[in-house]
Amino acid sequence: MALCFEVLSRFNRARAAQLTLPHFVCQTPLFMPVGTQGTIKGLTTNQLEEIGCQIVLGNTYHLALRPTSELIDELGGLHKFMNWPRALLTDSGGFQMVSLLHLADITEEGVTFQSPVDGKPMLLTPEESIQIQNRIGADIIMALDDVVKTTITGPRIEEAMYRTLRWIDRCIAAHKRPSEQNLFGIVQGGLDPVLRDKCVRGLVHRNLPGYAIGGLAGGEDKDSFWRVVAQCTAALPEDKPRYVMGVGYPLDIVVCSALGADMYDCVYPTRTARFGTALIPEGVLKLKHTAMADDVRPIDPTCNCMVCKNYTRAYIHCLVTKDAMGSQLLSYHNLYYMMKLGRDLHTSIIQGCFPEFVCGFLQKMFPKGDVPEWVCNAMEVAGIDISSCCAPFSSS
Amino acid sequence: MLGLHGYSFAAVPRDSLLCLPNCDGTNKIGASFETPCGRMLIKSAEYMKMISSLKPNIWASLADEVPAWTSEKRNRTSVDRTVQWLDDCIALDPADGGAVFGAIVGGSSVGERSRCAQEVSRRNVSGYWIGGFGLGESMDERPALLNAVTDVLPEEKPRQICGIGLPEEVLQGVAAGIDLFDSTYIYHLTLGGFALTFQMDRSKEHVPSYQLSKIGSDNAKINLRATIYRKDTSPIVDGCSCYTCQNHTRAYINHLLNVHEMLAQILLEM
Repeated sequence: MALCFEVLSRFNRARAAQLTLPHFVCQTPLFMPVGTQGTIKGLTTNQLEEIGCQIVLGNTYHLALRPTSELIDELGGLHKFMNWPRALLTDSGGFQMVSLLHLADITEEGVTFQSPVDGKPMLLTPEESIQIQNRIGADIIMALDDVVKTTITGPRIEEAMYRTLRWIDRCIAAHKRPSEQNLFGIVQGGLDPVLRDKCVRGLVHRNLPGYAIGGLAGGEDKDSFWRVVAQCTAALPEDKPRYVMGVGYPLDIVVCSALGADMYDCVYPTRTARFGTALIPEGVLKLKHTAMADDVRPIDPTCNCMVCKNYTRAYIHCLVTKDAMGSQLLSYHNLYYMMKLGRDLHTSIIQGCFPEFVCGFLQKMFPKGDVPEWVCNAMEVAGIDISSCCAPFSSS
Repeated sequence: MLGLHGYSFAAVPRDSLLCLPNCDGTNKIGASFETPCGRMLIKSAEYMKMISSLKPNIWASLADEVPAWTSEKRNRTSVDRTVQWLDDCIALDPADGGAVFGAIVGGSSVGERSRCAQEVSRRNVSGYWIGGFGLGESMDERPALLNAVTDVLPEEKPRQICGIGLPEEVLQGVAAGIDLFDSTYIYHLTLGGFALTFQMDRSKEHVPSYQLSKIGSDNAKINLRATIYRKDTSPIVDGCSCYTCQNHTRAYINHLLNVHEMLAQILLEM
């Protein structure tokens, strides 16, 4: 175990904690931007520090392709290679395999696929994934799991869940640097509560430094989504970090935090920036829209980031329709927004005003009180009273 | 609007990357440019409207820039027109306009260059914008043309030039008495993945030795796309105090270039 997780304060299921990793001391809840190929698109590591990034995610699959994990290892690890002094997390490579490669095939041995470089058949085993991650050197590494989309039904889900448990043992055995890198297990089981429960028990039995809730954020309906998160957070140990993979939208992060999750990652803020969309308290702002062409307000008048302090919507509109620079400014703002969301969640829990924060957040996003039903249901389970921001239902 | 409050801003009609002068389209009504939105003909009045909206600190008058190979007659016309447009622009100048730099052209004729410079220096301008370079003249011809202009201009007013950007060319300009330069050199280098590495104290040599290797490097720049840099953990230039050299290695930039990441251009351009 190479981490220390201390819960500082709670509100019902939500917790504000301090997560001490080899490279950085983090405050949770937190959001991790995705730096796929050893960089967050267009932002320097200096800017990431300015924004308040604590942990950056790197993709094992991409890095293993280029520049290769051996090279990264030779040059002293990914931290040194990209000059990021804070924490790093690498995923196992499994998800990319399955989502990016049409001809990927999952067997008991591992994931077989065609190398995108030369078409040779290749095999990613749990052992290989861990070895690659050992070379890259991130503070947190993820087990190779058998990921199945939640939109699939049938015996495949059960098969994947049991295989994930068999693979975790292989991952643990292959892990050569447990005192410097934390291996997180990933809970699978689709949308089936029985399978999810079995998986949680199996992983907890292995006494890992932390746990992730995987297999979500792939197109399932929101009602199913929050229920799985709620079930898992209730069953996972209190004193270890809980990471919901692939989440996501600010609203989803608020709900999952209320249910007891601590860490999140998603390409959404940076990807949507590249399409000209900014994240604001009210939701989103589409900078490519012609109405933005002469709007001289900053993206978000309440935001203190460098972009909102220096540039107008009109100027950014001009840029996003022409140049990559426009998206760089939006990436900066969007990540700042997500970091601030994490900080606000942490602080409001510590200061005992978490429900007020949630209500304020929902009121700005749903000024007419049309908070989605799934959010209301989730908040009820989380014990957060949001009646003040919901318009009365026509029938309760 | 750009958020560059601490900096001055000069508006010039020609952008060597995106907005190139087109001498065939230019006529007595206005100057023609090839832009990303097609060919545009700009009259003095339209130009002055743009200037008064942009509110630059410095602006250059509209010029008829011609390439080095035009006929004598066309060249003469370009000088006459440019001087005329300078007078038009000054007449239309709003009272709170920034400083005007008179445009000087003259192609590759020493005589015309001198004549234009003399005409422009008679007008009430704050400085001079020397155009028409970087359009076909050779490096050997240039000093004579530059001197033809600068010899005539008053000492106490600044001179800006457009269209020359290689380090060696900048030195030619400095030798002739030019003060301000804009250059697309850095942009093109960055796109190609090149990093400048020449040391400042060697730049006094006027003719650098071009030992072009197979990867396009010479002793002035290196091509960071080349595989020899894959494991090079040194900064681009040892001892350089820029952000990129203080924080990153050649190996990292090589990787970023190979995976086509935006950050490569950002770091290199610095």
